[in-house]
Amino acid sequence: MQGPLIDTLARQGVTRRTFLKYCATLASMMALPPSAGRAMAEAMAAARRPSVIWLPFQECTGCTESITRSHSPTLEGMIFDMVSLDYQETLMAAAGHQAEEARQNAMKDNAGKYLLIVDGSIPLGVDGAYSCIGGRSNVDLLKEAAAGAAAVIAVGSCASYGGIPKANPNPTGAVSVSDIVKDKPIVNIPGCPPIPVVMTGVLAHYLTFGSLPELDDKRRPKAFFSETIHDRCYRRPFYDQGKFAKTFDDEGARQGWCLFELGCKGPVTHNACATVKWNGGTSWPVESGHGCLGCSEPDFWDAGGFYKALSVPADPLKIAAVAAVAGAGAGVAVSFANRAKKGAARKAHEPITLADLEK
Amino acid sequence: MNELQFLTWVRGPGLDIAVGIFLLGVLWRLVEIYTLGRRKDLAAPRHAAGASGLHTVFRRSLSPPGMLKRAPVSYIGGYVFHIGLAIIVFLGTPHILLVTNLTGLSWPGLPSQFVDLAAVVTMATMVVMLVDRINKPAKRFLSTFEDWFTWAVTFLPVLTGWLAVQHLVLPYTQMLALHILSAEILLVVLPFTKLFHVFTLFGSRWYNGSANARKGVPV
Repeated sequence: MQGPLIDTLARQGVTRRTFLKYCATLASMMALPPSAGRAMAEAMAAARRPSVIWLPFQECTGCTESITRSHSPTLEGMIFDMVSLDYQETLMAAAGHQAEEARQNAMKDNAGKYLLIVDGSIPLGVDGAYSCIGGRSNVDLLKEAAAGAAAVIAVGSCASYGGIPKANPNPTGAVSVSDIVKDKPIVNIPGCPPIPVVMTGVLAHYLTFGSLPELDDKRRPKAFFSETIHDRCYRRPFYDQGKFAKTFDDEGARQGWCLFELGCKGPVTHNACATVKWNGGTSWPVESGHGCLGCSEPDFWDAGGFYKALSVPADPLKIAAVAAVAGAGAGVAVSFANRAKKGAARKAHEPITLADLEK
Repeated sequence: MNELQFLTWVRGPGLDIAVGIFLLGVLWRLVEIYTLGRRKDLAAPRHAAGASGLHTVFRRSLSPPGMLKRAPVSYIGGYVFHIGLAIIVFLGTPHILLVTNLTGLSWPGLPSQFVDLAAVVTMATMVVMLVDRINKPAKRFLSTFEDWFTWAVTFLPVLTGWLAVQHLVLPYTQMLALHILSAEILLVVLPFTKLFHVFTLFGSRWYNGSANARKGVPV
């Protein structure tokens, strides 16, 4: 499948009209001006397939499952086919030495030009021995592949922030891509798993403009991560009215009221679930009746429990009872001291001076 | 430490420490104050109409004749911001949820827009009172560091809470964490400053009222 993308698409029965519509949708979703849709279509139609190397590290393959399955066989899926995915362990036919060779060849042939996609965190404990591919540690593979990459795209919360492997007590010493790679542009697409269209959007942007989209301070594409789930949630009016589901099966839950009290992390979670939704726009976690877990935020796993509201203690109070007893004890002790002092003063017939009253 | 970790810390260990110091300080001071004792008054008690501890508790809540006109900001402002604080603290849904989680007690809250309004009115009133304290020479002369400090630690939780809800200045996560932190600072400071009047206000009024009532003087 070489040659311009539009030819490949035409062979697969995708009309020009459908393709333009897709580009316009992507452009508007990424908050680009209307003219960008046309530019995107032109650039993408003419684009040669860029080489993409996808390295899986400490991951569950959920990110790959999300991207390949949920949108297949939509246009996003096809666009994804249109990049030259030269190494992806889950999807590639090659195995063993052949696979490693494919990776080496892609790195050599496209040095400085290929996109490196990473999912999974990188273990640093025991010299990286917790996760090895072909006898080499993840950190070693990442450094090698990143050296010749045009840019690195960290897909999923593990690659972006460390994710579940980094959860307390982080037995493998897991870190994120940006903890290792310092000298390349990095895009973080967090989520457990991330939304497929966010990834295709970033790829489309790269194909069109030859650059990465505008990123926020956590290197996330602003177009998808600038607002919180809570701000765009269709249940938000119930939050403002003070109408909350108290359990998952009460009247409030049936009425579709706000899930804040059931531990929804929507107010502190930046992602596009509330607008883009999942499974081709079918639904998303809050719509299905469960609060947001905050899976696209750093260290969401250790953020005080999925079912605890944000305004309640993350942990049970440990020292409160001891402190109360200590306080009462101190009060009693001081009171005895005061009484002794008073008694002694009375015994000694000490007068009360003006200075005493000023105290 | 990223902002979610910061938020989790203030919701976890931070809260634990703050509540611990608060309880320690409150119990210490209450026990100390109430065990101070007074020597027995051997004189026969007198009686006068309107003189008792209970009378004083209520009477001191009203302005003495003529004072409302002389210091309207102090009296009206004082009432407004105290009621505002009570509405925010006791009728804001997230705050009730915190109390419910810690004690099991629960009561209905007010819509967030109403609590929001209360926060704006409270902050405006507190600013007016601060300006008044700065502008009036007598008030300024009587003010110590503690007065400015307690104003700030009371004002900050309201400000940060309102900014968090309104999504202003900082992202919600950071602002929420700062809000909880500022409330924890308030908890830590409360037992050891004049803010302890939360607990001693009515007790001291009662004490003064009944001591003077014994002498036949309604105060």
